[in-house]
Amino acid sequence: MSKTPLAIRLAPWIATIALIAVWELAVDLFKIPQFFLPSPWAVGKAIVEYWPALYRNSLFTLSTTLVGFALAVGFGLLLGLAVGWSRAINAGIYPLMIGFNAIPKVAVVPILVLWFGIGFVPAVLTAFLISFFPIVVNVATGLATIEPELEDVLKALGASKLDIMRKVGIPRALPYFFGSLKVAITLAFVGSVISESVASNTGIGNLMLQAQAQFQVPLIFAGLVALAVEGIVMYALMAMLEARMTGWAQRSGFAQG
Amino acid sequence: MTGFVALDDVSHVYGGTGGTLAVEGLSLHVNRGEFAAVVGPSGCGKSTLMKLATGLQFPFRGTVQVAGERVTKPVKIAGMAFQAPTLLPWRNTLENLLLPLEIVEPHRSRLSAHKAEYVARAKNLLTSVGLRDQGDKFPWELSGGMQQRTSLCRALIHEPDLLMLDEPFGALDAFTREELWGVIRDLHAARKITVVLVTHDLREAVFLADRIFVMSARPGRVLTERVVDIPRPRDLEVTFTPAFTAIVQELREHIVRARQ
Repeated sequence: MSKTPLAIRLAPWIATIALIAVWELAVDLFKIPQFFLPSPWAVGKAIVEYWPALYRNSLFTLSTTLVGFALAVGFGLLLGLAVGWSRAINAGIYPLMIGFNAIPKVAVVPILVLWFGIGFVPAVLTAFLISFFPIVVNVATGLATIEPELEDVLKALGASKLDIMRKVGIPRALPYFFGSLKVAITLAFVGSVISESVASNTGIGNLMLQAQAQFQVPLIFAGLVALAVEGIVMYALMAMLEARMTGWAQRSGFAQG
Repeated sequence: MTGFVALDDVSHVYGGTGGTLAVEGLSLHVNRGEFAAVVGPSGCGKSTLMKLATGLQFPFRGTVQVAGERVTKPVKIAGMAFQAPTLLPWRNTLENLLLPLEIVEPHRSRLSAHKAEYVARAKNLLTSVGLRDQGDKFPWELSGGMQQRTSLCRALIHEPDLLMLDEPFGALDAFTREELWGVIRDLHAARKITVVLVTHDLREAVFLADRIFVMSARPGRVLTERVVDIPRPRDLEVTFTPAFTAIVQELREHIVRARQ
């Protein structure tokens, strides 16, 4: 890691700063009004000014996202194992899952509100519903792609299905599983913000909706920045977890591409 | 008399009745301690033979016996190796070798209490195939030939009486392949194990085997059986002798005819 050239290590910072600079310059140069596109400077001022509200609502969004994500991990792992375990379960459940995944989750929020009221619970459930699918698919793929020859070697020794899963299937599925967490956590944010902006009195989604109603455009952008920061931090955590848990897969070039 | 591995008038269908016949009327006997090779055109049911003899599949008609017993469940006295080494990338070489011991009895229940003994056995085996001190390397740190040696060791770690090899050297370059011929020849000589080698390579079959079965195109059956009377131990030089070439030529003609 320490051998990465300086230019490559600095590149993300340079690109980010360049984007902000171009944005600032464009707003100043073309005299774009603040209520249409606020400058980064104005967004920064809004962050400072509304910090308590931003902080409180960000925490709410983070908590609904994480609870929903945790449910998705638990449920996704179990369902993925079941689907990867048995071809019959796979054949039965897969079409249902595809159909379910095809439903835009924003369309489900009104039903969740009907059942659970507004606020925390529908946000958690929307985050859960939107993020479990990639986990299921990845875990099932990891299990289903065991080399048939290796299965033969073990079966000829009298290995049970459980043996094969424990010794080969589950370790094999782990890189797929940890890889899917990066996708799932990002989707979980999408889910909770959708639900907050439709049916909640708190959360960043709701904050942005209110800011829009009051024409506080810099605050809307401040909300976006808060979401981006949370998303990046969680993504980075998942990537670190992946590297830590399944370093062998990256070193051996397993399951890439 | 029946052999150590005995298939009698075996027919096998994939995909239930009405499916394609993989083998039909296949009879084949391999004696204990013998090195047998099975050659034939592509798709002649050689892999089916592997599955039948190890108890992964059961014949639709006819009988399969191994070590005098009718095969009705997986044959645990067999070790298998394939063209792909199929090592587990999250385990190092030594741990890959121990995998079968975690599955097959009686080793399975003895393993944790007698770990040192089994590790010593694995290290001996690695040394015997020229992989001394490679035990803590991971599969991606090994060359293709070394991975295939490891795969052979994994097939032998539980000291099976029968070794089933399905084109184990098919993916290797010519020099590595010939090197591994030597390895498998020495393993066979040292362990008095019965070997069934399925291969496309006629020189490989003649160099290694005591007895060669030539199979027909699908549905597969044995067209002819050829005893290789070249004395052991055999060196690679033997592959350049007229007697050797004559046997290869003879087998070749059988297969050319079988393909038509």
